[in-house]
Amino acid sequence: MKKRVLTVDDSRTIRNMLLVTLNNAGFETIQAEDGVEGLEVLEDCNPDVIVTDINMPRLDGFGFIEGVRRNEKYRAIPILVLTTESDAEKKNRARQAGATGWIVKPFDPTKLIDAIERVTA
Amino acid sequence: MDMNEIKEIFFQECEEQLAELESGLLKLNDGDRDPETVNAVFRAVHSIKGGAGAFGLDDLVAFAHVFETTLDCVRSNKLEPTQDVLKVMLKSADVLADLTNAARDGGSVDESRSRGLVKELEALAHGEVPAPSAAVEAPVPKAAAPVVAVAPTDPSGFQPIPFSFDDFGGEDEPAAALPTYEVTFKPRAELFSKGNEASLLLRDLSRIGEMSIFCNTDDVPALHKMDPEGSYLHWVISIKTDKGEDGIRQVFEFAEWDCELDIKLQEDDAASAEADSELPMIPVPFDLSILDDGPAVAEADTSADVAAAVAAADTASNVMQMAGAAARGEKKESAATAAAAAANNAQAANNASAGQTIRVDLDRVDRLINLVGELVINQAMLSQSVIENDNNGTSSINMGLEELQQLTREIQDSVMAIRAQPVKPVFQRMARTVREIADITGKSVRLVTEGENTEVDKTVIDKLAEPLTHMIRNAVDHGLEMPEKRVALGKNPEGTVKLTAKHRSGRIVIELTDDGAGINREKVRQKAIANDLISADANLTDEEIDNLIFHAGFSTADKVSDLSGRGVGMDVVKRSIQALGGRISISSKPGQGSTFSMSLPLTLAVLDGMVVTVAGQTLVVPLTAIVETLQPEASSIHSFGATQRLISIRNSFCPLVDVGRILNFRAMQANPVEGVALLVESEGGGQRALMVDAIQGQRQVVIKSLEANYTHVPGIAAATILGDGRVALILDVDAVVAASRGQSLKQEMSLASVG
Repeated sequence: MKKRVLTVDDSRTIRNMLLVTLNNAGFETIQAEDGVEGLEVLEDCNPDVIVTDINMPRLDGFGFIEGVRRNEKYRAIPILVLTTESDAEKKNRARQAGATGWIVKPFDPTKLIDAIERVTA
Repeated sequence: MDMNEIKEIFFQECEEQLAELESGLLKLNDGDRDPETVNAVFRAVHSIKGGAGAFGLDDLVAFAHVFETTLDCVRSNKLEPTQDVLKVMLKSADVLADLTNAARDGGSVDESRSRGLVKELEALAHGEVPAPSAAVEAPVPKAAAPVVAVAPTDPSGFQPIPFSFDDFGGEDEPAAALPTYEVTFKPRAELFSKGNEASLLLRDLSRIGEMSIFCNTDDVPALHKMDPEGSYLHWVISIKTDKGEDGIRQVFEFAEWDCELDIKLQEDDAASAEADSELPMIPVPFDLSILDDGPAVAEADTSADVAAAVAAADTASNVMQMAGAAARGEKKESAATAAAAAANNAQAANNASAGQTIRVDLDRVDRLINLVGELVINQAMLSQSVIENDNNGTSSINMGLEELQQLTREIQDSVMAIRAQPVKPVFQRMARTVREIADITGKSVRLVTEGENTEVDKTVIDKLAEPLTHMIRNAVDHGLEMPEKRVALGKNPEGTVKLTAKHRSGRIVIELTDDGAGINREKVRQKAIANDLISADANLTDEEIDNLIFHAGFSTADKVSDLSGRGVGMDVVKRSIQALGGRISISSKPGQGSTFSMSLPLTLAVLDGMVVTVAGQTLVVPLTAIVETLQPEASSIHSFGATQRLISIRNSFCPLVDVGRILNFRAMQANPVEGVALLVESEGGGQRALMVDAIQGQRQVVIKSLEANYTHVPGIAAATILGDGRVALILDVDAVVAASRGQSLKQEMSLASVG
């Protein structure tokens, strides 16, 4: 069974890269453009893992992660943060919000797939 | 989709982000302090940086990073976005745009400029307030000394360093026995609530070396006291690895804050034996294969409840399942509905990704437009032949045809609307032009734009940028006065250039207004006399003098400045506007400024034309060129020289040009009284009366390029297909008028082929 990944990122470039990388690696990919949309599609798409950006309009990554963790059904789903924010403070905030792990940009397909495999069985 | 396509998307996105960035900065400049505006600006730069990083565009990443750092200071209220700060940021946005373009198209960027701005941005990030004037005059030396010293300590200026484990392996002596580490891993409940799983961490650990695991179940409470989501197990792992302690920590990277992790190096076998004896630990074979079967196995195990798992807790594999159970418990419940949900997924995904716009290749749109053009022609041909063959004229076919005509017209309009785009991007580019020229001239200028959302055909937009840039340069360079002079005149020292766009009777009207000195008519007049454009005693109206600036080779600036006087004058602007089927006019009030007004067609694919007959041929004259039509009377025709004739129109004389003669349709000039004169205004403002045999009517025609399908024909701009299926040529009015001045069309052709 293909694993399903929900990606949340406002950049069309990154969305396309995620799509290509994940599809090539045999994942099923569902995409949202910001935190609000991410929470909207969450129920329907029932993902196995979530990859989210931090800086997004409407609802940022921190808010999105908190929203997912408040959802009884998804509170234990692995969430990876895709971010250029490599400083400890931002990592810490993402962690407090409930992020499982993170991938520091620049976007690297191998790192992404590695990290996803690390948090999914 | 491959990487190149994504790169293409990246650059498209960059353009949007740059536009967003600029409009956001301009809003801030106007005093907008909405945090969302700052966020949007930050995000724009951030996105560019993120994408650029993925493509290894290092220059772009480096600059975007510095820019982003400074914007972050604004976002976190550490830096007040004053006008001076924003000036630096707007310039940085320009450099960012340059870098993006350089990354896309190759080419280079003015490095001293970007380096200077990097320093200014860094200075801002460190709380240095720019000196208002220094920023304009000498940005580089100003920031140089103090900032360089501070830069490395910038806490937010962290640069990610590529990190590779190969480095560790390389340093090890090959012969050395692998060191053994003892790892104590005690997860807290939070580890599970964040989606991490002990079993997966242990699996990852097993990949970096040979290991044995002991699971400590001492803390597992009695069942009735047990919190199902609590964490009661911990593991002691003995692992042989060449990755070092850092390598082990790397495995627990995501989890280290939510667990107790203790890593000890076991120096040698003796120490290890000692350690073994100290701990009541028996290595248990650790079966990780269960994990590789994936979620199917885990989910199939729906009957495994917590109690059973605890009872069997003396084998490690069961412990694993229990650890996983906390995370998967909720998932199992939903397994039944998963199939139903999956069916909806495709649709949900579609809904999610479908925005309000779609991106279509321009070629496809053009092909569609072309086909619709054919459809319009075909429809016209069909109705014409039906009308010709229909005697009673009231048949239902006629009714249907009328509806068809209406439909095709609507389809045509809708298809044209696809190509229509707001003029906003061009207007935004002008903001940059204004900034740059204001900097160079030392003038203070504000650009006000109105009606940026007015839509016009993309081709028109693309071709609008150059003449507009030139006009804006002129307006700032020649139009606006220096700040001191403006103050002396009682004006606001900051000059205003206003750019507006609006729709008016099926055309777009773009106006450029400045509040500068206006046209110096006496100077223009002197210059025109000096250049032999007019005679010294010519009696010209103000308007005529103003229009002299559109003459070729005319420049009123005393010294040719670096900016607007590059040998390219307003004549070029006028010509490019006319090439778009547009007209340009000027009105000016001394001391109050000038207004340039351009009227352009909304699309270049169709043309409103006057269909005329000349020597048995059907021609189309663009309606925009025609001022009026008149029936010449014998009394108003005057001979002039050997072959020239003039027509007197309201007490002024206008050269009469026989189109049939110019185009070599006939050898002898036709009798003007038998034809119709079209009074046209051509390049340079001169009027000519074009003689044609008869006017057939006025209609919209679809332009078909003659060059693309045949070859350039002097005097002919393009071709079209009329309703009866005949091809009609569209007259190039300017070329015909030029030919009438003595240079024949043949000459022009030979010149064109030489030069």
